[in-house]
Amino acid sequence: MSLTQTTGIKRAETLESEPHGHRRKRRRRPGSDGPNWLGGAVSWLWLAIVIVPIYWIVITSFKAQSSYYATNPLLPPTEPTLANYQMVVESDFPLYFVNSLIVTVGAVIPAVAVSFMAAYAIVRGGGRRFLRGVNSLFLMGLAIPLQATIIPVFLIIIRLHLYDSLLGLILPSIAFAIPLSVLILANFIRDVPKELFESMRLDGAGEVATLLRLALPLTMPAVVTVTIYNALTIWNGFLLPLVLTQSPDKRTLPLALWSFQGQYSVNVPAVLASVVLTSLPILAMYIIGRRQLLSGLTAGFSK
Amino acid sequence: MSTFTTPARRGTPPPAARKARGGVLPWLAVPALVLFVAFGVIPLIGVLFLSFTSWDGLGEIQLSGLTSWRAVLGDPNLLHSLWVTLLVMVVSWAVQTPASILLGVFLAGRQRYRAVLAVLYFIPLLLSQAAIAIAYKALLDPNFGLGAGLHIDLLIQDWLGEPILAFSVVIFVVSWQFIPFHSLIYQGGVRQIPQSLYEAAEIDGAGRVRKFFSITLPQLKYTIITSSTLMVVGSLTFFDLIFVLTAGGPADATRVLALDMYKRGFQASQMGPASAIAVILVLVGLALALLLRRLGGRDANASQMEGA
Repeated sequence: MSLTQTTGIKRAETLESEPHGHRRKRRRRPGSDGPNWLGGAVSWLWLAIVIVPIYWIVITSFKAQSSYYATNPLLPPTEPTLANYQMVVESDFPLYFVNSLIVTVGAVIPAVAVSFMAAYAIVRGGGRRFLRGVNSLFLMGLAIPLQATIIPVFLIIIRLHLYDSLLGLILPSIAFAIPLSVLILANFIRDVPKELFESMRLDGAGEVATLLRLALPLTMPAVVTVTIYNALTIWNGFLLPLVLTQSPDKRTLPLALWSFQGQYSVNVPAVLASVVLTSLPILAMYIIGRRQLLSGLTAGFSK
Repeated sequence: MSTFTTPARRGTPPPAARKARGGVLPWLAVPALVLFVAFGVIPLIGVLFLSFTSWDGLGEIQLSGLTSWRAVLGDPNLLHSLWVTLLVMVVSWAVQTPASILLGVFLAGRQRYRAVLAVLYFIPLLLSQAAIAIAYKALLDPNFGLGAGLHIDLLIQDWLGEPILAFSVVIFVVSWQFIPFHSLIYQGGVRQIPQSLYEAAEIDGAGRVRKFFSITLPQLKYTIITSSTLMVVGSLTFFDLIFVLTAGGPADATRVLALDMYKRGFQASQMGPASAIAVILVLVGLALALLLRRLGGRDANASQMEGA
């Protein structure tokens, strides 16, 4: 730092004698370099790259199949129709929707609950060898591409007679969600001031009471973040249903989407309507929990 | 595995002995541990075991020694899949990192419209890869897609039918989905850089570009490592997207390891060789994670705040 300081002083001295007074003034005000043209250009360009395909998906899903080929693909439909949505809804989509909902809710709630308990134990009892080991195990789980374990998972699910059942999707989904959930939750529980834990202890509260009445309320934003994140991952999961189910009535939405697309690949508006329909619930969740999710993820990863 | 214990525990004072508290705490960790062992650790060991067997996915599992490994290692397709995986990893990293840093730095500004931009950027990350792949397949269709509808010849290509084009499409779609996530990480990183560093540089008369290269970028070192680790290890798991978009084709141009594993195991019913590939996948993932951790160094926090 000393180098910068000396050059800084020197620079300031030369600036005093510099005739371009206005330049000096501008540079002394922090963050006053004028607009960041490159960043601005890239970010607006990126906005277009993100929005144009989404816009195209949405408007096309409202076009009649007959008019789809004839009209400009980037103009909204002149006669918007809900026929595509009707067609999708009248197929088995409601069933797949319910399946996805069961798997997501059935996996996320236990996953967050057991992860929170584990994170609490790791933070509060981190000195014990057993809990240190558990922590290392979960951290190791972060570095492993869990897809690689799909074949033994398939075998285990068969042996448990859970093949082609929703429970067979739920159990591995919980397990795969644990490592990252524990990491993020533990990071947040660590931020709870030690004095609060101490005063709970002096009041005679046990660990379970402390977890429920102190740690949980104080880390609610993190719990929400982890819940949304896991719900997203599991709702969108594709490999587990692909490998672990067989009958059409056990399909979850992404898998159903895939087979629907194989069936109706010519009917682009209908396929895109199914894409929109499967994405709506997550978009709704994003709108509700956006602030939590964005700030929670940044905090979770930058620690 | 002691290397993995460091990061999460870093910054925590060693907990004081609280042996007086009875044995409740360890029990709280047991449900998560049991589930993770049953469907994470046992499968991990299981995949190693299965790589020494032959199994068609339905019948009996028979020990077969090194047969699967010989079959896999002697197969030129494995080398090809490894190469494709590596290429996807490197190219997608090289595309995503500069863009994410640039966007992250820009989004770190406190202006209201930048917050709105961040919200919109995030949408692709929410969609399932299957949905994204299906939408892009329709959008890029040479006969019915966007290019054909707009009558722009440049856009009317057999995007998913030519090896190089299909590979580029995979990289593009991956970037489309994940750049927002990484720019969010960089946004967080940039906001943690002490303002005093910039003030000092401004007194020194540094311009925007100079400040970016002399302060922002070096200060983001650990953010870059975090983001790169996620990108690189994550790139090993691009399965859904590629499976739906190209199914590994054309001519195996996008047949990454994860896809190779799936096809051998669940389509060709060769679970032994497929398990061997899974083991390779795990080893590559672990090696990369360790390598990137080494690059990060241990004294991460100590040097980051220097001069603040």
